[in-house]
Amino acid sequence: MIARLRAQLLVPAGAIVLALIVGAVIIIVTSPLAVQKLDLSLPLATYWALVQGSLGSIDGIVDTLRAASPLILVGLAVALPFKAGLFNIGGQGQFLIGAVTAAWVGAALSGASPFVALPVAVLAGMLAGAAYGFIPGWLKAYTGAHEVVTTIMLNYIAMQIVSYLIQGPLKAPGATFARSADVGNSALPVIFQQTAGHPAHLGIIFPYIAAVLVWWLLYRTTIGFEIRTAGANPDAARYAGMRPRFLIVLTMVIAGLLVGLAGAGEILGVQGYMVAGYSTNVGFDAITVALLGRTHPFGVVLAGLLLGAMRAGAPLMQISAGIPVQMVDVLQGVILFFLTADIVVRWVFRIRAAGSGGPEKLATVSASSGGSTAK
Amino acid sequence: MNLLDIPVLGLALQLLGYLVTVCTQNGTIILALTAPLAFGALCGVMCERSGVVNIGIEGTMLAAAFVGWFVASIASQAMPADPSPFFGATPGLVIGLLAAIVCGMLVSAILAWLAVTLRADQIIAGTIINIVAAGITGYFDVLFSTNPIPTAGKFEAFVPPSFLTDLPVVGWLFSALLNQGPITMSLIVVVIVMEVLLFRSRWGLRTRAVGEHPKAAETVGISVIRLRYQNVILGGVFAGLAGAWFTIDFGNSFVGGMTGGRGFIALAALIFGRWRPVGAFLASLLFATSIALGTAIRTTPPTGQLGTILGAIPEQFFAALPYIVTIVVLAGVVGRSVAPAADGQPYERESVS
Repeated sequence: MIARLRAQLLVPAGAIVLALIVGAVIIIVTSPLAVQKLDLSLPLATYWALVQGSLGSIDGIVDTLRAASPLILVGLAVALPFKAGLFNIGGQGQFLIGAVTAAWVGAALSGASPFVALPVAVLAGMLAGAAYGFIPGWLKAYTGAHEVVTTIMLNYIAMQIVSYLIQGPLKAPGATFARSADVGNSALPVIFQQTAGHPAHLGIIFPYIAAVLVWWLLYRTTIGFEIRTAGANPDAARYAGMRPRFLIVLTMVIAGLLVGLAGAGEILGVQGYMVAGYSTNVGFDAITVALLGRTHPFGVVLAGLLLGAMRAGAPLMQISAGIPVQMVDVLQGVILFFLTADIVVRWVFRIRAAGSGGPEKLATVSASSGGSTAK
Repeated sequence: MNLLDIPVLGLALQLLGYLVTVCTQNGTIILALTAPLAFGALCGVMCERSGVVNIGIEGTMLAAAFVGWFVASIASQAMPADPSPFFGATPGLVIGLLAAIVCGMLVSAILAWLAVTLRADQIIAGTIINIVAAGITGYFDVLFSTNPIPTAGKFEAFVPPSFLTDLPVVGWLFSALLNQGPITMSLIVVVIVMEVLLFRSRWGLRTRAVGEHPKAAETVGISVIRLRYQNVILGGVFAGLAGAWFTIDFGNSFVGGMTGGRGFIALAALIFGRWRPVGAFLASLLFATSIALGTAIRTTPPTGQLGTILGAIPEQFFAALPYIVTIVVLAGVVGRSVAPAADGQPYERESVS
C-alpha cells in the first residue's frame, strides 16, 4: 500500500521539482526585464513570496482555499470522465453557463428568504452546468462527434452566450457597465471574515464533499465500476452488458454538475454578480489539476490545493519579487509537460518504471479525435 | 409588382443582395481574416493526414506571433532600413518572419516528440502546447509592457494597379486578391500547391497511407515515425506563418492571448473542410465572412424588412456561428466528415531490432 502510494507520488513530485527548476531559469534570464538587473537569487525570492502569500498568514490560507475550490471541482470534472475514457476540455463552457445561470436565478431571488434563494440559485447553476455537459455527452454517444472538439467549440459558444445575456436580458438596470444585478440574499454565507480581501464563503467546503462523493461513486458503486471498465476496456464493457452510451452521457452530466457548482460558487460566494467579459481559465487549469492528481479524487484535492496556493501566492510574488503573476501559468504548463514527458522525470530522478502502480494509461482518450467515430 | 415585395422569396433576394454588397465591399478584409484561419487549418491538415491530432495550433500560432514580433523588433533595431517597395519589407521584418516560421517548427517538433516518440496522449500534448505558449507569451507580454521595445512596423499591402481594381463587376475580386500583405497573398498559392501535393504526389500518397493505415504503410517500407515528424514540422511552418500574420503582417504589435481562439476555429475549419487543403481554405473563408458579416450588420445595417430581421439577431450569434457549424457538421447533420482512420493513435513499431 505505502509502496504503491509512493510510486504514485514520485513522478508528480519530480515533475513539480523540475518545473520549479525550469521556472528558476526563466526567472533568472528575464530578471533584467523584471527587476532591471541580473539577479541570481531572484528565483528563491520569488518562490519564497509564493509560499508566504499562500501559507504565510491566515488570510493567505483562506485565499488558497478559496482559489482551490473551483480548481478541485473542475479537476474532478476532468478526472471522472477520464476514468470513462472521455476528455472533458469543456470545463470553461460548463463553468460559464453554470455561473451565468446562478447569477440570473440569484439576482431574481435576491429579495427572497436566503433559505430558499441560496439552494435554488446553487441548484440552478449545477443543473445548467449539467445540461451543458449533457450536450457533448449526448453528441458523443449518439452521433460519434468527438467530445474534445465539441467541448472546445461549446466553450466559445458559452462565451458568446454569456456576453449576449449580460449585455442584453440580464443587464442590471442603471449599471454603468454590462453586469448582472446583485445576488443579494442568494449569496453564499461568509464563514470566516478576513482582515483584507474576499472573505471565506460556505462554498469552499463543497469541493471536499464532492471529492468524497466522486470517490464513493467511482470505487464503491456498480455505476462506478461500469464507468471504470468502460474507460479501461470499452469492448469488455459492452460484452459484459454495460451500456456505454448511457455511461458516456451520465459521466458528462455529472462532470457538468460539478463544474456548474464551481461556477455558482464563484458568483454567489466571491463575485456577487456577473460581467459580460467574465473570463476564466479554470477549464484548462483543471486539466493540470486532474493529471497532477493522477485522476484520483483525493489526488485531485491535493493537486487543486497546490495550484490554488500558487494562485493565491501570485499577487505577493508580483509585489515583493517583481515577477508577473503569469509566472504561475508558466509553472503550471511546465508541470503538465513533465507529467506527460514523464520519461524525463524518471531519467533525472532515477525512478524505475513502475509496474502496477505506474502512471495511468492515457491511451484510450484521444483515439481518433475530431472525426466521427460513429458505431 | 416589385420582386422584392414577394413574402419569402423577396426577403431571400434582399439577403442575397446584401450579402453580395457586404462581400464585395469587404472582400479585402475578409480574405485577410481568412489567412490565419486557413494557415492554421493547413497546419492541422498536414498533422492529421499523417495521423497526429494537433489541438495545439492555437498555442503554436501564439508562440510564433510573439517570436516573430520580438525578433523583428530586435533585428530592425540592429539593422535599420527604409521599407523597400516590395511589400514594405525590411531586413528586420524578413528575419522576424523567418523566426516565426522557425518557432512554429520548433513548437511542432515538441508536439511530435511527445505524440510520436513518447506516444503520449495527443490531446494532452496539444493542450500542453496551448497552456505553455499562453503562459510564456503572457509572461513576456507583461514584462515588455513595462519595458517597451520599439515595433518593427509591418509588411505593407500590395497596391494593385487601378485599371484592374476599377474594372466593373470583377474589380473587387482583384482588389481582394491583390491588395494584401505577403502572407495573405501567398495563401491561395500554398493551398493549391498543398492540395496537389497531398493528392497527386508520392509524398502525399505516403502521408495519407500513414494516416489511414500505418501498419500497412510500414510493411511497404515507409517510415511512419519519420513521416509523422516531417509532416508535423511542416505543419509548424504554416502555423508559424499564421502567427506572423498577427504581429508583422496584419498588425504590428503583440498582445497576450491575441490569437483569441482562432487556432480552434482553424480546427473547426479543418473538420468542416474534410481534412483537405482546399476544403479547409473554403471553410476558413466562410467563417471569416461570417465574422465580417456580424460586423457589417452593426456598421452598415441593411434597410427595410431584412434590416429588422437581421438587426434582431444578436451579434454574438455570428461570432459563435463557426463553432455551431462545426458541431452540426461533426454530429453528421449536414453530411459526414470522416477523419483519417489512424488519426490520434500513437504508432508502435512491432519489433525493435
